[in-house]
Amino acid sequence: MVWSRDEMCARAAKELKDGYYVNLGIGMPTLVANHIPKDANVILQSENGMLGMGPFPIEGEEDPDLINAGKQTITALPMTSYFSSADSFGMIRGGHIDLSILGAMQVAQNGDLANWMIPGKMIKGMGGAMDLVAGVKKVVILMEHVAKDGSAKLVSNCTLPLTGAKVVDMVISEYGVFEIVDECVKVSELAPEISIEEVRDKSQAEILS
Amino acid sequence: MDKIYSNSKEALEGVAFDGMVLMCGGFGLCGIPERMIDALKESKIKNITAISNNAGIDGEGLGLLLETKQISKMISSYVGENKIFAEQYLNGEIELEFNPQGTLAERIRAGGAGIPAFYTPTGAGTKIAEGKEARQFEGREYIMEKSLRADLSLIKAWKGDSEGNLIYKKTARNFNPLMATAGKITIAEVEHLVEPGKLDADQIHTSGIFVQRIIKGSHYNKRIENLTTRKAND
Repeated sequence: MVWSRDEMCARAAKELKDGYYVNLGIGMPTLVANHIPKDANVILQSENGMLGMGPFPIEGEEDPDLINAGKQTITALPMTSYFSSADSFGMIRGGHIDLSILGAMQVAQNGDLANWMIPGKMIKGMGGAMDLVAGVKKVVILMEHVAKDGSAKLVSNCTLPLTGAKVVDMVISEYGVFEIVDECVKVSELAPEISIEEVRDKSQAEILS
Repeated sequence: MDKIYSNSKEALEGVAFDGMVLMCGGFGLCGIPERMIDALKESKIKNITAISNNAGIDGEGLGLLLETKQISKMISSYVGENKIFAEQYLNGEIELEFNPQGTLAERIRAGGAGIPAFYTPTGAGTKIAEGKEARQFEGREYIMEKSLRADLSLIKAWKGDSEGNLIYKKTARNFNPLMATAGKITIAEVEHLVEPGKLDADQIHTSGIFVQRIIKGSHYNKRIENLTTRKAND
């Protein structure tokens, strides 16, 4: 049985270790924050210039000068600091952030990632994604295993323009957890009652057990 | 030199021209120079190359200058929230150069610090590396990115003094301090304008040397793009 979105987020949250500085991408990765173990001190960075991101504000207490990278209103914590975009990306590009969780359109077995543009469609821009995958110590992709049109997203080679070359360390989908090791996709965990044959059937990349 | 101007229109006098390169602070609608954008709209200056992380939204921020077709090129990292922009881009009316957000920030920082170019691994092996010098350092591939400067930088701060010293508020800081350093002329608009000595010198984010003109703005919209709240007992 495949994992629900909530279960996927909960599984991704297990990658957030005590003391980690973490950047969560927009969309499903943002929801991972709801599953951080209570006993783990995980510090969230928002690339628009904040370290130590708190929960969403209580209605009426929102501050337009305090938003996250998804432009959502947010709150500060006692340990929060603010900084400029240059300092923020100094943290990211300088290798000071331990982990980033992002979404993807395609991941190749060599760790190539495509998540920012589809040729012929209006492109919104890469935002901070290219910087995150180039600079953060560990990159985890949280995505649905197969695209809406039924095509595989875990592929032998990305056909979409890359966000980064050989940058992905781990993929978490509704089928399980997969590690990119030596340019191969290795199963590290499967969702309950899911077989490796099912994963291979839904993937275009070579899947090693 | 008196840096204080009584309003945004006066502050813009003599420093804005057709075909200029403009830097505009802000992330989304957070920390944007609202009153200076109004003045620029009123000035009818056109053919602007605008360097800004985003392109505003319809009716707000740089979206106002898109409506009047004053911008001919944008250098940005993300322009997703703007229908007018998408329309003009698809019609070929506006040119667009995407930069990774950190590369954009660093290009501006470098411009302000007198560094003509730098190497970064961001974007190596992707479309944005095309046409750029690539070089290996310790076995890793890097691409060369050139710095950015502007004819005019418009920035927003929370507090400022008559010397141009500035303090920003929370995440409204974002690109503002970098852009202050990279403008040939930088105009700062502030919510609170005070006498020298009223700001704690240890807390100043941008030194007055980077600011040539300053105005006290008012009637801020500070529109929230994505209001997200929780229930009190969550």
